[in-house]
Amino acid sequence: MKDRNHLSNIGLCHEVNIIDNGLADIPMLQMLQADGTVHKSAKLPDMDKVTAHKIYQTMQYVRVLDERMVGAQRQGRISFYLACTGEEASTVASAAALSPQDMIMSQYREQGTLAYRGYTTAQFMNQMFSNKLDPNKGRQMPIHYGDKALNFMTISSPLGTQIPQASGYAYGQKMAGNEALTICYFGEGAASEGDFHAGLNMAAVLNCPVIFFCRNNGYAISTPSDEQFAGDGIASRGIGYGIKTIRVDGNDVLAVYAATQQARKIALAENCPVLIEAMTYRLAAHSTSDDPTGYRSKEEEQKWRDKDPVLRMANWMKNQDWLDEDEDQKFVERTRQEVLAEMKLAEKVEICNIDEIVNDVYDTPPWHLRQQLKDLKSHISKYPDAYPKTSGRLDNE
Amino acid sequence: MSKMNMLQAVNSALITSMDENEKVMVFGEDVGHFGGVFRATSNLQQKFGKGRCFNTPLTEQGIIGFANGLASQGSVPVAEIQFGDYIFPAFDQILNETAKFRYRSGGQFTCGTLTIRTPYGGGIAGGLYHSQSPEAFFAHIPGMKIVIPRNPYQAKGLLLASIRDDNPVLFMEPKRLYRASVGEVPDEDYELPLGKAEVVKEGTDITLLAWGAQMEILEKAAEMAQNDGISCEIVDLRSILPWDAQTVSESVMKTGRLLINHEAPLTGGFASEIAATVQERCFLHLESPIQRVCGLDTPYPLAHEKEYMPDHLKTYEAIKRCVNF
Repeated sequence: MKDRNHLSNIGLCHEVNIIDNGLADIPMLQMLQADGTVHKSAKLPDMDKVTAHKIYQTMQYVRVLDERMVGAQRQGRISFYLACTGEEASTVASAAALSPQDMIMSQYREQGTLAYRGYTTAQFMNQMFSNKLDPNKGRQMPIHYGDKALNFMTISSPLGTQIPQASGYAYGQKMAGNEALTICYFGEGAASEGDFHAGLNMAAVLNCPVIFFCRNNGYAISTPSDEQFAGDGIASRGIGYGIKTIRVDGNDVLAVYAATQQARKIALAENCPVLIEAMTYRLAAHSTSDDPTGYRSKEEEQKWRDKDPVLRMANWMKNQDWLDEDEDQKFVERTRQEVLAEMKLAEKVEICNIDEIVNDVYDTPPWHLRQQLKDLKSHISKYPDAYPKTSGRLDNE
Repeated sequence: MSKMNMLQAVNSALITSMDENEKVMVFGEDVGHFGGVFRATSNLQQKFGKGRCFNTPLTEQGIIGFANGLASQGSVPVAEIQFGDYIFPAFDQILNETAKFRYRSGGQFTCGTLTIRTPYGGGIAGGLYHSQSPEAFFAHIPGMKIVIPRNPYQAKGLLLASIRDDNPVLFMEPKRLYRASVGEVPDEDYELPLGKAEVVKEGTDITLLAWGAQMEILEKAAEMAQNDGISCEIVDLRSILPWDAQTVSESVMKTGRLLINHEAPLTGGFASEIAATVQERCFLHLESPIQRVCGLDTPYPLAHEKEYMPDHLKTYEAIKRCVNF
């Protein structure tokens, strides 16, 4: 037993002294002010023009994608969507600080990381329209992306389950001697789940090279963060678990980028987890099934619109003459057209053949699944009109 | 061949697989230097290092969550849950993650290399929380395999097959046999098939079906019935999921009668699933109603453990009821 974990280094006191202000004083790293000017004392990360452009365009791309897909859901073309408006800097700038070999385990509002890795509009659409071109075979609701080639783990709905998984994945990367780590995204609401505590504790004890990236966006659906926890945010918990921790302004691309870069360096060099708490705001509704007017004010939203991360970065880029506003406008327009065009294509692609209903449950379908498929097919062929999406393709029995 | 108890057989299988594949990692509560509370992982840390055999913090959901990530990365985790009774904090990770990884990702990612080992079952004065047989909860999870050995020979062969199988396996070890069951076990590598039941003893009048530690109970009851002139066929199911309906049905079609025995409570137990399938497949061959001899629908009691258990006497009575229907 190592003494540090038990009694040594603990000072003594001789009066009852209950700590009543245990809040660690954790500041928030900020480099850019809302108008895009840089804080005088800020030590800026080394971000070149090409990287800055890619980050900015990805943020613009995701904003257009979100706007179009919320619209598509309203029109009844897809069943569900979940926008990341207001949180683009947190996700995109953190992804930019990683290596493509690093595994991304996301919650569900991190489409920015996927777009940064090069997921195409067609891929987004095929997933959201659950068609047969989706590598996940149309099995999950829209926005549950997954792409092995891009080292982006398939999303699962239950909250926080990816947190201990990220610790395990990172442990495997370490044991295999990969120069790569795992980044794990989650919200401040998911940090109330048991899996959060289990995952952070295990990563710390087992020395896993993983970055825990908390998007503290103020709300878990309708529950504000002051009804979610009483302590000093999520960052203070990292310290409690013995994890190196930093809090950043999540609407500041430079702060997020610098913190993630540094976290990656430390995690790989020292084989340890690092926790980043990004303070941001979910300007979007939780999902297309949610209406925020029931639980927060327009004034509150406006306060955060004034801190818009995309606008802030645009201002910073303009300040150093890195932004061509005409080209920017054209890019947004091109993206709109592209999303619409790909949507039209994807919604016409058929769903997977019925055989896929039993594939991938096991490596090969066992006897009972083969029997159930056979029975199902013969039922469908009896009532083809009731199952129009698959009844025309039952040939390969 | 060596004489081994079930713990030694499990240990031997773990050594075989860790020797063969450096991606195999064994972890759980107290499994490191100490070798586990039952000593199933004795000497593994000394032999293979702390990187491949280690203690985890006391968090079952963390152990299985961690194992899921490790498996999806390409390693071969063998995670131990110290008692089957304590697996439930990990239920979400098993039900919604382990078992669904492959399906939800269209086969891009999988937890197929994962094996979860856990001791289960009563008969050790363990009371409510060291005695349960939770196999039926997991039998309701598409994507999982569930395997239960009845003796040391079966334990080594089935565990090696489970670790190598490309599907997540819940390997449940009957803890009252850990030291009580001793037998000849090959020192070399061998596998026994998953998803395959085994006819342990042939007979003509009734099929007795069980798994794990209850196999001994069946054998005892069958001996008593033999003295009454009743010939019992004894079948070890071995895999609960996917289960071997074919072997069971063939046996029932031959004998015309079926008795199923398990320690878990009667209602919603796996015997119900077997009974439903067998009556469907063997309806015209059945001479009498299928008998279920199971635990009571109560929590697992301590002082009344003997009375709770579906023992050889209860089984013997049910055999007679079934044959004399």
